[in-house]
Amino acid sequence: MTGTEFEPKIVGFFCQWCADAAADAAGRARIALPPNLRVVRIMCSGRVAPEFILQAFAAGADGVLVAGCLDGNCHYKNGNVTALKRMAVLKTVLTPLGIDSERVRRVGIGADDAKGLARVVSDLVETVRRLGPQPRSE
Amino acid sequence: MPKPKVAMYWLAGCGGCEESILDLGVDLLALTDRADIVFWPIAMDAKYRELDPLPDNSIDVVLINGAVRDEAQERMARLLRRKSKTVIAHGICAQAGGVPGLAGFHGRDKILQRAYQEVPSLESGGLPQAETQTDHARLRLPSLRESLVPLDRVIAVDYYLPGCPPPPELVKEALFNALDGELPERGSVLAESVALCRTCPRLASKPDTIHLKRFHRLYEVRWDPDRCFLEQGLICLGPATRGGCGAQCLKANMPCRGCFGPLDNVSDMGARVVAMLATLLDETDPEKLENIAAGVPDPAGLFYRYTLAASIIKRR
Amino acid sequence: MGKIISIDPITRLEGHGSLRLVYDDEGRFQDVYLQAPDFKGFEKFCEGRAVEELPALTQKICGVCPTAHHIAGVKALDDLFGVAVPPAARAIRELMHNAFIFEDHLLHFFYLGGADLFLGPDEPMMDRNVFGVIKKLGTDAGARIIDIRKQVRQLHATISGSALYPVCGLPGGVSKAISPEEKAQFQVITQKALAFAEWAVGLFHDRVLEGRHYGSLLARPYMKSDTYYMGLVDADGNVSFYDGTLRIIDPKGDVYASFEAADYLSHLAERVVPYSYMKQLYLKQVGWKGLVDGPGSGIYRVGPLARLNVSSGFDTPLAQTEYERMGAALGGWPVHSTFAYHWARLVEILYAAENMVRLSSLEQLTDSAVRNLPEGMGSSGVGVCEAPRGTLFHHYDADRKGLARGVNLLVATQNNAAGIQLSLSEAARAILAHQTEIDDTSLNVLEMVFRAYDPCMACATH
Ligand code: SF4
Ligand code: SF4
Ligand code: SF4
Ligand code: FES
Repeated sequence: MTGTEFEPKIVGFFCQWCADAAADAAGRARIALPPNLRVVRIMCSGRVAPEFILQAFAAGADGVLVAGCLDGNCHYKNGNVTALKRMAVLKTVLTPLGIDSERVRRVGIGADDAKGLARVVSDLVETVRRLGPQPRSE
Repeated sequence: MPKPKVAMYWLAGCGGCEESILDLGVDLLALTDRADIVFWPIAMDAKYRELDPLPDNSIDVVLINGAVRDEAQERMARLLRRKSKTVIAHGICAQAGGVPGLAGFHGRDKILQRAYQEVPSLESGGLPQAETQTDHARLRLPSLRESLVPLDRVIAVDYYLPGCPPPPELVKEALFNALDGELPERGSVLAESVALCRTCPRLASKPDTIHLKRFHRLYEVRWDPDRCFLEQGLICLGPATRGGCGAQCLKANMPCRGCFGPLDNVSDMGARVVAMLATLLDETDPEKLENIAAGVPDPAGLFYRYTLAASIIKRR
Repeated sequence: MGKIISIDPITRLEGHGSLRLVYDDEGRFQDVYLQAPDFKGFEKFCEGRAVEELPALTQKICGVCPTAHHIAGVKALDDLFGVAVPPAARAIRELMHNAFIFEDHLLHFFYLGGADLFLGPDEPMMDRNVFGVIKKLGTDAGARIIDIRKQVRQLHATISGSALYPVCGLPGGVSKAISPEEKAQFQVITQKALAFAEWAVGLFHDRVLEGRHYGSLLARPYMKSDTYYMGLVDADGNVSFYDGTLRIIDPKGDVYASFEAADYLSHLAERVVPYSYMKQLYLKQVGWKGLVDGPGSGIYRVGPLARLNVSSGFDTPLAQTEYERMGAALGGWPVHSTFAYHWARLVEILYAAENMVRLSSLEQLTDSAVRNLPEGMGSSGVGVCEAPRGTLFHHYDADRKGLARGVNLLVATQNNAAGIQLSLSEAARAILAHQTEIDDTSLNVLEMVFRAYDPCMACATH
């Protein structure tokens, strides 16, 4: 740990068919995912209800990543489209709730794209590091 | 057998829940035959000091409306809890904060600053004081809590009566069932847990899947008074709102704003509305989706209109 | 340090409040302070909201007079969007507003203030309520009161969706047209309301005016405050609830100022009171000179008595007759006795009922054109109406996206805040100054003084 630099806590909702598969691929290829990440495995990114994302922040997360399959690859047909639509609407209420919408991101990942996943996660870590800890209401 | 004791009290309420009790009409007279109303400031002259000598749990049922905004209200909530066997959170303010809960977007200091230092009609600003010294006495004024909270964040609540205000029929049922000892298990909301759409006169015109390229604002367009609002691109919170009001707003040709609160075991009504509206968007390109979503003015203020104080983020 | 005796809470009004009676070390009465203990912050948390939602949002300030907020709010939107209202929508809004004032005044005459009028001030505390009033007037009267309230609130619900919280207001009109069947139903209800109003006025004369204490209390010197008065009047100077020009008269009765709602900031100002969340309004150009009445003090009053004082009467026959009868009995206008608010309220119940009958027989009531769509949107809108308890201003500033950027609300009872405090101080000094022992009746008379105003504390603090 380099001094007291802020280490953001990132919660990643990874769909098991693509995102989590990519995470396993990263493990096998010894591509380290940033330690800030805590993965929550889910059946499909379409299963991530907006409540889960808010609960993650309430439980101490500084950033949330919803990672599902690339277009057309969702094992449940359009789960990833559902996730995309939900994120578009959710982002409009985050700022008034005191959450910078930059702290939340939704991506599609190829099941074997370990490097892509690593890049997305570390990119979010840096963005959130710049934003600082998620302010807690009193 | 002495008559059971009933009380009604208001915290950060508006008087509308009291009106829904007065609207019991002849049933209110029937209530006074069955029970003694020991405390009800809007209608009766009993003072606070009359409550102190009452033994604990001697009030059979108390209806408390309004959320908890200041310290005096918090003390009264605790006192009434101690004095009462059954506490019913009366109305959406007591249940989830209600409209006054929207202060949560700004915080205590900002709401005070606006009213007492900024509004254009003030010639010189100031602030109400917790203590004011006059020549012969010190006058105390309750301070606001940092945030407004629903009743069950301060005391244990036995039942919830949703609505703004709850219709008189619901209030009557709750009161008389309480007196007859026929209430469901503690913690339940005393209304059906079915989405408003099911009792909406426009349900027939609501297709299974709705496809929208944009939302409209009420002042911009005319709409068909018989067709589902959502299907016409006008936001209606019906699908995410508990039924039981008789679709009042729909009958006035206006969309639902969710005052009956969420269905059972929904942890955040605003998030439920987000998920509901997301299913309507007829695009798959992220940017186009963002444009449709940006067409909703003040989404947080609308989705959380009655329940911000009970939202996941605010209730920590 | 002296001693405080509290009347806590004050009762049979809308909202929280306490009276603090302050005594010095020798036990001599010094003064009374009215404290409004709660505050919600509507003027701040309405910022950021979509402007078209404000008439339904701001009405949550008060569940006893939500229609007034809805009307003032939707008129502020008409102004903000620069859109006129078609005849049918104007008739529908006015019918709703008059129906609301009719049953809200009745709420005070029977439910809140009734015990002060039909029962004596020395009545035991437990009986001083609507149940005691009904016991005194008889169950038939009780049933009649309950029935007319239910019917008129049903008329209100048919128009607006709810018996108390209307949602039908839109910039440029209303959301729902009235069907011929509904109109026919309204005509039946409004005739009943008129008959009830005449009965209620008769009751007031027989049971209250002829009663042993109303007249003597009304005549007490401490009941009199020679203040300015403000209210809406129409082109002929008659009382108007829905719209009109603001008229202020001085304590002698001469017109001091006439202005349109949009100019309210050049005439009215408010000051912060450290011991209460209720700010006090006063006439800006006269200035705040402390708790004194007279032409030199900026204290003014609003509400039923003020509307009768500022106007030349009513444009409906029964209300005009009762207005003239009241003026003759009380030595001509303006009438300064706070207890005359009760009688003025009865005159207005007649006026509201006559208006309801007139409005529900208007040809245009059932026109289908109930909305004009606004073409553009300005940056500021001011709406005014008379709420039962006094003049109500809604001022909305909006940005280009139609989100509220600044909200200022001057709400009915707030105009009377200084007047109520003045009345209480004068009454308490007169009643308690030479009393060593404070009895329940004296305390009740003190509460009867502010109850005459029918104060609404949730409104006054919002
Ligand atoms: S629930 Fe509605 S009617 Fe009841 S106190 Fe709250 S705002 Fe008023
Ligand atoms: S969305 Fe609204 S208008 Fe449509 S059926 Fe449901 S409640 Fe009725
Ligand atoms: S339609 Fe919706 S906002 Fe209107 S009363 Fe019913 S639940 Fe409340
Ligand atoms: S399975 Fe990956 S997004 Fe649906």
